[in-house]
Amino acid sequence: MKDRFRKAPLLAIATVVMGGATQVLGEDITSLEGFQAMPLAYPKFMIDNLWILISAALVFIMHLGFATLETGLTRQKNTVNILFKNIFIVNVGIITYALTGFNTMYPGDFNDFISIGGAIGFDDAVANMTANYADYTYWSDFIFQAMFAATAATIVSGAVAERIKLSSFMVYATLLVAFLYPIAGSWKWGGGWLDDMGFYDFAGSSVVHAFGGFSALAMVLVLGARKGKYVNGQIRPILGHSMPLAAIGVFLLWLGWFGFNGGSVLSADPGLVSLVFVTTSLAAAGGALASIFVSIVYLKKPDVSMALNGILAGLVGITAGADTVIWSSAIVIGAIAGAIVVFAIVLIDRIRIDDPVGAISVHGICGIWGTIAVGIFSTNPEHSLSTQIIGTLSYASFAFFASLILALVLKSTVGLRVTEQEEDEGLDLAEHGQPAYADFQHITN
Amino acid sequence: MYKIEAYLRPASLEKVQEALAAVGIAGLSVLEVRGFGRQRGHREVYRGAEYTVDFVPKIKVEVAVKESDKQPAIDAIVAASKTGQTGDGKVLVSAIVEAVRVRTGETGDSAL
Repeated sequence: MKDRFRKAPLLAIATVVMGGATQVLGEDITSLEGFQAMPLAYPKFMIDNLWILISAALVFIMHLGFATLETGLTRQKNTVNILFKNIFIVNVGIITYALTGFNTMYPGDFNDFISIGGAIGFDDAVANMTANYADYTYWSDFIFQAMFAATAATIVSGAVAERIKLSSFMVYATLLVAFLYPIAGSWKWGGGWLDDMGFYDFAGSSVVHAFGGFSALAMVLVLGARKGKYVNGQIRPILGHSMPLAAIGVFLLWLGWFGFNGGSVLSADPGLVSLVFVTTSLAAAGGALASIFVSIVYLKKPDVSMALNGILAGLVGITAGADTVIWSSAIVIGAIAGAIVVFAIVLIDRIRIDDPVGAISVHGICGIWGTIAVGIFSTNPEHSLSTQIIGTLSYASFAFFASLILALVLKSTVGLRVTEQEEDEGLDLAEHGQPAYADFQHITN
Repeated sequence: MYKIEAYLRPASLEKVQEALAAVGIAGLSVLEVRGFGRQRGHREVYRGAEYTVDFVPKIKVEVAVKESDKQPAIDAIVAASKTGQTGDGKVLVSAIVEAVRVRTGETGDSAL
């Protein structure tokens, strides 16, 4: 049975890709060995390329996930503003990535630290479109990486929600996605100094998530807490207005993560892509169960927003090593991330850092954990704990200080925060003159 | 004519509706309201931090009744919504000076 199941699709693929003339192959395609011996360069390229494009589309869906998650965990009077920021980020992200980001992040030979690139495209049409470039075309490479790029700025959006001035955020997000993220990304994925050191970050626990999380931390420190969050030395939780939207967001993010991690294999390699799907999902599940357990034992309540954050923590945690750890390690990495995230969210809240969605904990802290976890759990002996620590701290500190400077400059020039009155009224009306939910609604929240 | 305003637990609405119908009350209005009484709200936890729900969600049932229906309606509401726990709510009764049925222009008891 097993053999029949295996052969049927192989025959079908061979028939399709070889124009139906199976006999001209000159190979015995009734055995797996025979099939593998076929001249498969072009069909392999097609499938690899297609997988990268599907992955790009999956990563795109993550932007919807971020948008609904952030919307759900904040008050309804700021819904239009959050959606607007998310719309802006993904679009400005793709365009700036085309104009400079892609070639800044993948500069080819460079000084290993910084090389600001120009627009996409190069003259060699054959190399653009064939396996001379990679297992995918130049354009697939661009669109997959472009979808990644905007996620770093989206992470910040949630943490600064409900009080940041829209214009300042737009300036900040543009600079972040056009320059800061690609420069930092080039250190590892562009073949820069961290890559030379042997640092490993498969799909971006550090390059994307710790980077986004620590950018968020700097912004929140300069921005301050939402009005009414910390009053007379007491924490007054500000409840999110839609747990269904938050749940939709997290499940969409999980779906998108199959492309985020699965596409980062950079081919449709059957073994690696399927391994990555398994490690990614096991880590998400481990993160969810751990955060549920910690939430019940430590917080005395099964908090749904913590369970959702636990899923994300597990996903962020596995991202650095999804292709290089065994399945059981993935559960451990995810579970530790899920436990960390609950304590981190509570601790960060207690030290008066107001992060409405938990982005600093989920992406920043768990991003660092996931990167360090590669040094502990990797099956590749070349990955070292010390290099992983140096790498992830480099990303966290660069993101933090670069964003800190941007935040301080924006604060002292155009201002970073809306007025108290605008904050009370809600950014939907104050900034956009448009409520998210028209007609009669509860107005107290 | 009297207006009966009952501030009740949201969960009791269905029973109150049935009880009022059983004593012949032909119509009622329901409002979602929030407020507090002697308990001054209650404590909850969100993402690890405790907070006070100052304004607890309640429903307010409004019924306009003629003199003879007043006591049966009050009794029906109280019987249908009482749990014996704090937070059962209150029933307030006030006099109605005039009533008009919009469609026909009838006034007084026949407008109810």
